[in-house]
Amino acid sequence: MTAAAAFHTAADSVAPKAPAGSGVTFDRVSVAYRGAVVLKPLTMTVAAGEILAMIGPSGSGKTTALRAVAGFVRPASGRIYIGGTDATDLPPCERGLAMVVQNYALFPHMRVSENVAFGLKARGAGRDLIARRVEESLRIVGMSQYSRRFPRELSGGQQQRVAIARALAVRPRVLLLDEPLSALDAQIRRAMVEEVARLHADLPDLTILYVTHDQSEALTLADRIAILKDGELSAIGRTGELYHRPPNRFAAEFLGRANLLPVVVEGKARDHGFVGVRIGDAKVVVSGDDHPAGSRRLMCVRPQNLTLTGDAERSNSIEAELREIHWQGELTHLVAAIGESILRVVATRLPNPPARGDRLSFFFSPSDANLIVEEAGV
Amino acid sequence: MLVWSLSGRVLVWSFAALILGVIFVAPLAVIMLASVSQQWNGILPTGFTLEHYRDAAGGAERDAVFASLVTGFVASLLALVTGAWAALALRARAGRWGDALGVLFFIPSAVPSVSVGLGLLVAFSQKPLLLNGTTAIVFVAHYVLISAFAFGNISAGLSRLAPDYEEVASCLGARPGYKLMHVTLPLIAPYLVASFGLSFALSMGELGATVMVYPPGWVTMPVAIFGLTDRGDIFTGAALTMILVVTTLILLLGLERAPIRSAAPR
Repeated sequence: MTAAAAFHTAADSVAPKAPAGSGVTFDRVSVAYRGAVVLKPLTMTVAAGEILAMIGPSGSGKTTALRAVAGFVRPASGRIYIGGTDATDLPPCERGLAMVVQNYALFPHMRVSENVAFGLKARGAGRDLIARRVEESLRIVGMSQYSRRFPRELSGGQQQRVAIARALAVRPRVLLLDEPLSALDAQIRRAMVEEVARLHADLPDLTILYVTHDQSEALTLADRIAILKDGELSAIGRTGELYHRPPNRFAAEFLGRANLLPVVVEGKARDHGFVGVRIGDAKVVVSGDDHPAGSRRLMCVRPQNLTLTGDAERSNSIEAELREIHWQGELTHLVAAIGESILRVVATRLPNPPARGDRLSFFFSPSDANLIVEEAGV
Repeated sequence: MLVWSLSGRVLVWSFAALILGVIFVAPLAVIMLASVSQQWNGILPTGFTLEHYRDAAGGAERDAVFASLVTGFVASLLALVTGAWAALALRARAGRWGDALGVLFFIPSAVPSVSVGLGLLVAFSQKPLLLNGTTAIVFVAHYVLISAFAFGNISAGLSRLAPDYEEVASCLGARPGYKLMHVTLPLIAPYLVASFGLSFALSMGELGATVMVYPPGWVTMPVAIFGLTDRGDIFTGAALTMILVVTTLILLLGLERAPIRSAAPR
């Protein structure tokens, strides 16, 4: 039996008052501090067993939304449901959650094992159960051999593993992660992202609400991503869909780099789900529907989806003048101009690098570009 | 380092040593010398004796040591408990009202201790709050005077405590009482210990209010020292002062070495 399997089989819950089931629903939840609205009415659902990443710039309201779920801020309006039960008025200790925060918040006066046992002791679990859960949780995060240490005797990555073990030990219905990796250096962060992904693969029933400002963490881990801006939900969708077909300018630019080129819609293309657009003098086909002929839109195409070689019969091709070229080891970044617009291209392999001033044809597949209504971007 | 040159550092250290010597060490040294002197008629004392310590170790003076220790312990404990309570309560009510209530705690420390003693004497001279002539009024006087320092110390500790610890504890299922006992108080333990130590030291040296309210059977060390010196028994007063200093110092050093599990967040 794997550690994760053992983790799931014991049916000895220690949170009898917590709402049954998992999953979180925000039903028109708004939060205000002294009259200033920091989270505008938010409606969204995190399905049971799902990882939903909330991303956005500072002040976008993502942490506030998380804290509302935890019970640390009281919504000015709306209701929060955890596992289908209204948890809006429940104190934090009765919500059946666990939280991992940026600075780990391991209790410095307790050893690692005591930290992990904390939630179970607080819930009045028996000694045998506590010992078993502590051992299981530490094994899952690979920290069994450090159980007697104090937090100050651990590295940042190890402390974060212990914080995750502490959260897992209480078998939360929802795990809240508030920028859990942002205090780690880049190399450890990459390793920890992979560990969290492995953890969720081992514990597929665990619902995770993950707040981060790092889009790569969100793209790696999340089943769905919610993008917040100025206290408002700007976009939400499945990770791949949101990345490849961002619904608005903000989502396109916040989630990875994007070329947003003004185009005029020509009309429906031969293939269903595609439309023809005009960009300068060039005519290209992009994915999209319901865009009336003559309307002005932004064409979104990711830098890595543009290539210098392609099949002109099947791919789109646009001409641009090369302005800059930057070799960065594994990647080469090209910056080209189409009229007033800038086109950024990332090439993984460039045997014959072009020179500045060259007029180049850039190719992209119709399915790699979509249209955005400029006004829709919040 | 603020001063780089050697001559500058020598100058700064010499100045600091002079200030420390004149203001702190000299008075204490004079008292220490007086406590072991047979006579002191000139610049320096003459003759060495432990007779004054023998006098101070028996009878009324020994009772004064006991009275001061008990008073200090009871008043400091009360100040610690109520100071922590008030600091925790006012932290939860952060804002204008919380700040105003916090300032109230400091008022007794801005009033002369003699006035505090007089106020207590008048306030507790009628039934049902008749405390005049009891030991309790001494405890109350000391408590009123030291509670501001306890409150201030604990408030400072709480303000340095990141809210994450308590929030994570709540999220993990800890109810407020459990969280307080297992997270909040252990994390501010160094401040609690410092608060108790400071309160105890202040109580041990308190004279102004005590002299107004003490009953005949509860003479604290400062009152006894004042009485001895007032009667001209300078040398026994000096010996009792040294006993007061050493007792307080032992307790403070003991508190400093208390086995608190590295509670300070790192």
